[in-house]
Amino acid sequence: MSSSSAVTEAPDPRGGALPGTLPRLLAGIPPEGAMSLEEHLAVHGPLPELGGGRRRDRDEGARLVEEIERAGLLGHGGAAFPTARKMRAVAAARGRAIVVANGAEGEPASRKDRTLMASLPHLVLDGASLAATAVGASEAIVCVCGSAPASLQALNGALEERELRPDPRRSTSIRLAEVPGDYVAGEESALLKHLAGGAATPTFRPPMPYEQGLRRRPTLIQNVETLAHIALIARHGAAWFRRLGTASEPGSALVTLSGPVAHPGVYEIEHGASLSSLIEAGGGATAGFRGALLGGYGGSWIAAERLHGVALSNEHLAAHGASLGAGVVLLLSDEACPVAETARVARWLALQSAGQCGPCVHGLDSLAATLAQIATGSAPAKAGARIERLAALVSRRGACGHPDGAVSLLLSALESFSVEFADHARHGACERCASPSELPLPRRSQAKAEPSTRGPFA
Amino acid sequence: MSERLRVNPIACEAHGMCAELLPERITLDEWGYPLIDGRPLEPRLVQNALRAAQACPTFALLVERDGDNRRR
Amino acid sequence: MSSLLAASGPSLYWYLTRSTGAVALLLLTFAIALGVLDVGRWSTPRWPRFVVDSLHRNVSLLAMVFLVLHIVTSVLDSFAPISLIDAFVPFTGSYRPFWLGLGAASFDLLLAVTITSLLRRRMGYGTWRAVHWLTYASWPIAVLHGFGTGSDVKSGWLLALSIGCLAVVVAAILARVLQGWPANLGRRGAAIGGAAAFSLFLALWLPGGPLGAEWARRSGTPSSLLAPAHTSTASSGSR
Repeated sequence: MSSSSAVTEAPDPRGGALPGTLPRLLAGIPPEGAMSLEEHLAVHGPLPELGGGRRRDRDEGARLVEEIERAGLLGHGGAAFPTARKMRAVAAARGRAIVVANGAEGEPASRKDRTLMASLPHLVLDGASLAATAVGASEAIVCVCGSAPASLQALNGALEERELRPDPRRSTSIRLAEVPGDYVAGEESALLKHLAGGAATPTFRPPMPYEQGLRRRPTLIQNVETLAHIALIARHGAAWFRRLGTASEPGSALVTLSGPVAHPGVYEIEHGASLSSLIEAGGGATAGFRGALLGGYGGSWIAAERLHGVALSNEHLAAHGASLGAGVVLLLSDEACPVAETARVARWLALQSAGQCGPCVHGLDSLAATLAQIATGSAPAKAGARIERLAALVSRRGACGHPDGAVSLLLSALESFSVEFADHARHGACERCASPSELPLPRRSQAKAEPSTRGPFA
Repeated sequence: MSERLRVNPIACEAHGMCAELLPERITLDEWGYPLIDGRPLEPRLVQNALRAAQACPTFALLVERDGDNRRR
Repeated sequence: MSSLLAASGPSLYWYLTRSTGAVALLLLTFAIALGVLDVGRWSTPRWPRFVVDSLHRNVSLLAMVFLVLHIVTSVLDSFAPISLIDAFVPFTGSYRPFWLGLGAASFDLLLAVTITSLLRRRMGYGTWRAVHWLTYASWPIAVLHGFGTGSDVKSGWLLALSIGCLAVVVAAILARVLQGWPANLGRRGAAIGGAAAFSLFLALWLPGGPLGAEWARRSGTPSSLLAPAHTSTASSGSR
């Protein structure tokens, strides 16, 4: 196995993709601006030959899916679903498929997707084009959050470059779509509903997107990072991909490292890299930390005392009740108050509810209220039991995974920071409660409506 | 081949008729929303389950056959 | 009523059409009240939700049955020249065309509501609900139809019944508007305003209208059916 080494986002002075080691996605990433088509082709090589004529396209497409399956690529949007399985389902479904690249990135603590789109747009576009061919689609839509102008600009520029150098291997018609940056707007079904002209809120399933997604066509919706990996697997093959990572989680992944480190930012790691090597690559810790949040605001906390030896793979993190999720590695310094931070995030998560499902709206609101009470020392008796009861009432009773993610975050916080929570319940706010907040949250957060009812009088 | 209850949480508006008509499998939480026992329905309950699904004003209660998504 | 006595006396159908019309109004009123209770999620241990809901649906269907009887008997009755078409196409009849036409309009709205409700599962919930709001429009139109065409208006019972039903519907609208107050304040205010305006309109119009002199003639009864010249209405006060 190659040594686990996280690599900085600084440009690689040697240039060129080095087989088998890092950086892979981030190879040759420019310090600012987007990598041009020329540079992209110089670093990664040309797009693999896909052959002319529709029949050969289908064969090439099937072969690509097989290669992706051999590579063992998993989705990088948070669910880690096997990509090849998704692609096969779309390819097998009835109707002409369409590809949607999800670059919405509504997770506040994640920046990997906008880094990819803003600096390495051709990787994303290659991936979208290849995925489209693989599932028999002729159209791809790349979704970018409206508040990521650099990404929009870079992708627009990249599309123009490609138009000036037409290539029969890139015959997919790709267009950009600006989408909201709300937390739930990046959820698959919400994104598709928004693209179809509706609100960016999740839908009830079935039907599943791979059967009937956008415009009732089988839709392959993939995170932009997943597509970027496809762009490299197509060029270098499954064996190359597997030279990094673990057997069950091969390859590399982008993570967003934030908190008290010298150089927070987006890093590329191989699956299974140790957390300590990532922190080292990030310039080392600048303060002690109390714990690490893995995955995002729908993920889980791991207390500092259990962080020793933690490796960044879903397999390893599962033992700690956590997962890589959207690639967020957020360290909380010991100058912050985990109770106050958790109460803040709990309220934010409640406000992010799409407002469609009663248990989510009411449950997350009650959870946030209870946590706020604990934080200020006005917790009711048996607050812990109440939180556990609410968590059980909320889990798996929404149309999407939002309430479940919130519960995971809150319960893991209670467990990881049990001492602080007990202190607060008894004595109220601590001196750290007044410290500036460390967990990043977007400023504009309006509550959605009460559970929606219909009609003039609602 | 068994049938199960499922609720569409987006359509559900907490009218509560389902819990009245099938108390064996449905209770209401503190906000009035249904808590469904998702185990396969015993044959003697299927008729009442269908009636409960018919009674739901927003079509939120679903009786689904295992293995396919056809609703009755 | 005496002003409408023609050579042959009133037939059975004439009595039936008036009574079924009154019962239909009563049932529609009851249906609206139950509908408000239903959407308001009202229930007691003796009156569970599913009972209120079923009652609402069944009373509404029963109202439609009586409406159909009302229409059929009015067509069958040989006294007034009402044809079946007049029941569906408003304002084309020869007997009190405007006031009868209001009945047809109300019936058309209720037909739309009934058909969409029977076919609920085949259309989206939003569509069904949007059409259902038409019930609030059909009711006052039916009341005006009753006052305009009804030959019993001057006798106490129909007037009392209608006023009683009006009170129930106004109360139902108030209750409905209060559910979820103060959201959508504009629409709620408009609903209260509409109910108040309609009530006021009736109070101002009835005395000089259906309760006033020569209403049969003024409302468009074909002259062949009117008693010659001399009206026998008691209240023949000046306009």
